[in-house]
Amino acid sequence: MTKMHIKLTVNGRAVETLAEPRMLLIHVLREELSLTGPHIGCDTSHCGACTVDLNGKSVKSCTVFAAQANGATILTIEGMAAADGTLHPLQEAFREHHGLQCGFCTPGMITRAYRLLQENPNPSEAEIRAGISGNLCRCTGYQNIVKAIRAAAERMSTSKEAAE
Amino acid sequence: MSAAAETAEARTQKLEGLGTKRKRVEDARFTQGKGHYVDDIKLPGMLFGDFVRSQYGHARIKSIKKDAALALPGVVAVLTAAELKPLKLHYMPTLAGDVQAVLADEKVLFQGQEIAFVVAQDRYTAADAVELIEVEYEELPAINDPTKAMAPNAPVLRDDLAGKTEGAHGKRKHHNHIFTWEVGDAEATTSALARAEVVAKERIVYQRVHPCPLETCGCVASMDKINGHLTVWGTFQAPHAVRTVASLISGIPEHKIRIISPDIGGGFGNKVGVYPGYICSIVASIVTGVPVKWIEDRMENLLATAFARDYHMTGEIAATKEGRITALRCHVLADHGAFDACADPTKYPAGFFSICTGSYDIPVAHLTVDGVYTNKAPGGVAYRCSFRVTEASYFIERMIDVLARKLQLDPAEIRRRNLIRKEQFPYHSALGWEYDSGDYLTALDKALKTVDYAGLRDEQRRNRAAFARGETRQLMGIGVSFFTEIVGAGPIKNCDILGLGMFDSCEIRVHPTGSAIARLGTISQGQGHATTFAQILASEIGIPAANITVEEGDTDTAPYGLGTYGSRSTPVAGAATAMAGRKIRAKAQMIAAYLLEVHDDDLEWDVDRFRVKGAPERFKTMAEIAFAAYNKVPPGMEPGLEAVSYYDPPNMTYPFGAYVAVVDVEVDTGVTQIRRFYALDDCGTRINPMIIEGQVHGGLTEALAIAMGQEIAYDEFGNAKNVSLLDFFLPTAVETPVWETDHTTTPSPHHPIGAKGVGESPNVGGVSAFSNAVNDAFAHLGLVHTAMPHDHWRVWKTAKSLGLVS
Amino acid sequence: MQSQRQAVDFGYLPRRGRIILEATGASSRPDVNSGEHSARDTPREEQKVIPAPFDYHRPRTLDEAIALLAAHDEAARIVAGGHSLIPMMKLRLAAPEHLIDLQDVAELRRIGGDGPALVIGAMTSQQEVIASALLAAKCPILRETALQIADPQVRALGTIGGNVANGDPGNDMPAVMMALDAHYRVKGPDGAREVAARDFYLGSFDTALKPGEILTAIVIPAPPEGHGYAYEKQKRKIGDYATAAAAVILTVAQGRCTAASVALTNVAPTPLFVAASGQALVGTRFETSAVAEAVRHATTLAHPAADQRGPAEFRTHVAGVMVRRAIERAKARAA
Repeated sequence: MTKMHIKLTVNGRAVETLAEPRMLLIHVLREELSLTGPHIGCDTSHCGACTVDLNGKSVKSCTVFAAQANGATILTIEGMAAADGTLHPLQEAFREHHGLQCGFCTPGMITRAYRLLQENPNPSEAEIRAGISGNLCRCTGYQNIVKAIRAAAERMSTSKEAAE
Repeated sequence: MSAAAETAEARTQKLEGLGTKRKRVEDARFTQGKGHYVDDIKLPGMLFGDFVRSQYGHARIKSIKKDAALALPGVVAVLTAAELKPLKLHYMPTLAGDVQAVLADEKVLFQGQEIAFVVAQDRYTAADAVELIEVEYEELPAINDPTKAMAPNAPVLRDDLAGKTEGAHGKRKHHNHIFTWEVGDAEATTSALARAEVVAKERIVYQRVHPCPLETCGCVASMDKINGHLTVWGTFQAPHAVRTVASLISGIPEHKIRIISPDIGGGFGNKVGVYPGYICSIVASIVTGVPVKWIEDRMENLLATAFARDYHMTGEIAATKEGRITALRCHVLADHGAFDACADPTKYPAGFFSICTGSYDIPVAHLTVDGVYTNKAPGGVAYRCSFRVTEASYFIERMIDVLARKLQLDPAEIRRRNLIRKEQFPYHSALGWEYDSGDYLTALDKALKTVDYAGLRDEQRRNRAAFARGETRQLMGIGVSFFTEIVGAGPIKNCDILGLGMFDSCEIRVHPTGSAIARLGTISQGQGHATTFAQILASEIGIPAANITVEEGDTDTAPYGLGTYGSRSTPVAGAATAMAGRKIRAKAQMIAAYLLEVHDDDLEWDVDRFRVKGAPERFKTMAEIAFAAYNKVPPGMEPGLEAVSYYDPPNMTYPFGAYVAVVDVEVDTGVTQIRRFYALDDCGTRINPMIIEGQVHGGLTEALAIAMGQEIAYDEFGNAKNVSLLDFFLPTAVETPVWETDHTTTPSPHHPIGAKGVGESPNVGGVSAFSNAVNDAFAHLGLVHTAMPHDHWRVWKTAKSLGLVS
Repeated sequence: MQSQRQAVDFGYLPRRGRIILEATGASSRPDVNSGEHSARDTPREEQKVIPAPFDYHRPRTLDEAIALLAAHDEAARIVAGGHSLIPMMKLRLAAPEHLIDLQDVAELRRIGGDGPALVIGAMTSQQEVIASALLAAKCPILRETALQIADPQVRALGTIGGNVANGDPGNDMPAVMMALDAHYRVKGPDGAREVAARDFYLGSFDTALKPGEILTAIVIPAPPEGHGYAYEKQKRKIGDYATAAAAVILTVAQGRCTAASVALTNVAPTPLFVAASGQALVGTRFETSAVAEAVRHATTLAHPAADQRGPAEFRTHVAGVMVRRAIERAKARAA
């Protein structure tokens, strides 16, 4: 089958690539665009290590064809920090609160937490746990991840208040 | 502040040494998506390799039709056993003295076994090619039940072992038998059991599970034909051992092989062994002359890579009427699947299962283990535990509870009566181990007090009465677990893997401007070695941890080590690190004495400097000494400031802990809520409390999964169940409770910094605590023992068998 | 949404299909008694997790989509949210040569009223269902159910149309639609028609959709204000299909049940509408005996497959517990 022309906006930049229609978005991101932050951890759309932000939604990029994403705006972990290198409060909070160990689930986890906090800026512990229930971690037992997200939420709402 | 004026306390803080909650240096790259895992590697001309795998659990291969696959554009090669045979690579040695088929030779022995290796230009083409290969099978009867493996008329599994009555571990008594291992005093145990006032007997099965790290196994093999140099990046928990094994198998000399473990997304034991994918990738790279990448799917990982447990244990425990244990007997039937690919020290085909006397003072004991072959995936490995230690711990912790039931004693009380006393250390167990140190009663008391154990038992009494009155359909369970682990393998005299002694190493080089690089023989898969080993060194040599780079995983630069698994890094490589640091400091002392024009003995160490005794204003900091090492060393001394230590530990270490789990079991649905989980760990000296806590959280979560739902089961045809994440139970953040962690500190007397290792303790202690809790919920109604996993339907079945549900 | 019959020929169901179907609790296989495993079960034929090649189409209108479907006939499949289809395509259980993506068909994406009925466009995502103030007010069982489907990422893309149309017995919305007595609007080359949810499900992955038809909207007669509702689902973990689940809609007047409907998820090759359960409640005050009878009708009708969630007997028992709890919760909510 012939390849399609895929146009995406990824982490603020317009990119183009050629891909077979059947090529999964995760493979296009990792192999064509060299964005190896999102990872593959399973075959059945469970683990969430491949999570990216697509058109304002948390999406498992292993369950989306690049063709379906044609024209979309995508944010991956590589786009979370500011252009000048300032880390996103989530990235800092994960480090501060030991919310990662082997790092494999981390890009998907942080990207998901980002959208969670956009949708719910002040989540309770239960809401955070439900909010990340599409992201599996084998190392941390989630406790410090929840702490990190809670801390980032607080910091983000404080700076939002300060800005207003 | 000037170097002189800073207080010792301030300088200590600056070091971020032992005991500091130092933030991790690894996090910078992981939180920005700049980790470097095997599947991130992209090399020019790289091809992709993929397997055709067996449909059946046991079958003859009648034919393999490769033509359609070879005709597909982009397919470069298809390897089968036929191509590997002339190279004698169709079988490879396992870490347990057996051999394993790299590609199935005439016969398949487990569902998912590797039959052919396709090499293509990308993973999509490789997948298409795999689908085009046709294998014709003649199905054979399969064995999925180890208790049937040694039946007189059991099917023959290992044609390649026909006629071999001796295995790597002694005599084989049946064509499906692998080894018998025995330790302890059979006669004394038999007679103690015969004389005993009380004997409790129980069959305890620890189901087959799988470490399932989030990153699957894989490698990139790159043969440089011009220089005759092989480089392999891969998910290797023991890169040096892989290099040696690769050299022995391939004939390429070891100095021409470079093994690199990059970032690894979790290991948990799954990534210790050598898999057919690694061998096939190497062969394919040699044949094609370009790099070949192999990355398995999740289902392949669960189907074919090293499983854990599958231990079928029968225990007999003898005691006085007061509950004082007098003897223990255990027989284990160990299901190793189709090939014994267990990752154990050579002399221990059942690992350290003989720690199964646990934390208890048991005067006589006897253990026999029979390993057998079945039509299941080969293995097994130590999944988040030391070798077979979680099996041993689960066994004794259940047996203690079973005995408690029989004697109508409280499970905490019976433990109190039998725990090894502090004055008994170093304690020589009836099965041959010398436990280095422990203060068990202090830990037990602290745990029980913190959870208000007496209050919990009162609450349970009220709950049981309310249940009997029909006021509630929930039963409360309290599970106690007091484990002793044996980790840090180990002394060369009894611990080796394929003849490689299980020492470990650290090599340090201090730079002129006072920073340093240290390389170790271990390899982190998330444990944070780059952070914690720098802390050990910082405390030893007085250079801030932030100024010490720690590297692991590249066999070209790292000193030889046996890798990271079985909680051995801190006990062995951590010791090597401290010892190498002391060598550095010893040389530094001589340089400082020379600079200060005093005798070595006139100096004392003060956090980050040597100062003159009695004249503390005269000192030299490590930074000053470092520079001097490059231009002003005493006559006769070599310049430079570097040291290496290869550490042969005198003993294993013995971390221990007291865990309490509180659960509420809903009898109508079999659903168990984890109400509370308290974990007290004693890992000796605590290097980084933040990291320890993280390890405990993670290990407990894995324990929850194992106890409450995880298993790899096979039906009678050899079909594997639960080999995708739809059914293989990995809890999400919703199923995972909040973990309460606590500690006591009983340093190891033989370890240079008194540390014992902690990464796997929570999995060991956690499984027993959960299982004891679920069993405890029904204990008052007559339940003696029900097996894991305690998933909904099994718990409901137990409730039904006790007449609790209509 | 289109029936999967065309892409999955039951005469030769790829072996992996049995593994996945088994995992969702479906029991329909051509050579198997429903509710039991075949003696010769699932030798593993699946190999990789990469889809087979296909051509991709993204129509802008419904008619364009229907035309494409007609043009490519059996070789084409519709993709909505993709979270049922794409996992199957990755395992090559489904291998359409043409994939027709409905994401740009604007008319399929709406939530609105139509007189006394609610109309939900087929391409409405589960996340949009959860966020809809209208649905939360008028038909809150939908939100309660959607929150129990899969996980947040799957809900962001997974559609309610896909959930009701593909005939997967593990899906949660079909039973809810049966309880609500919803109707599905479908359109094909021969025009538009409506099918009652209660008549829509014929077998595992087998629905009343004719070749070339697309499910375009769900029409729900809005339950009366103050109605009671509950969707009670037992599962092994977040993201799992139901061990068993029950949907209950009822109305109460002066303590007496005036209307009730009960439906079950994942305890048969199709969702089950248990008319007798509802009838057993009407006119009663939800006495223990009445609820027990409603439960009994449900457990009599349920015939789940044994799977990794448990033996058939267990899953049937859980179905009964779910029905009882759903009735209790619905009753408590009814004004």
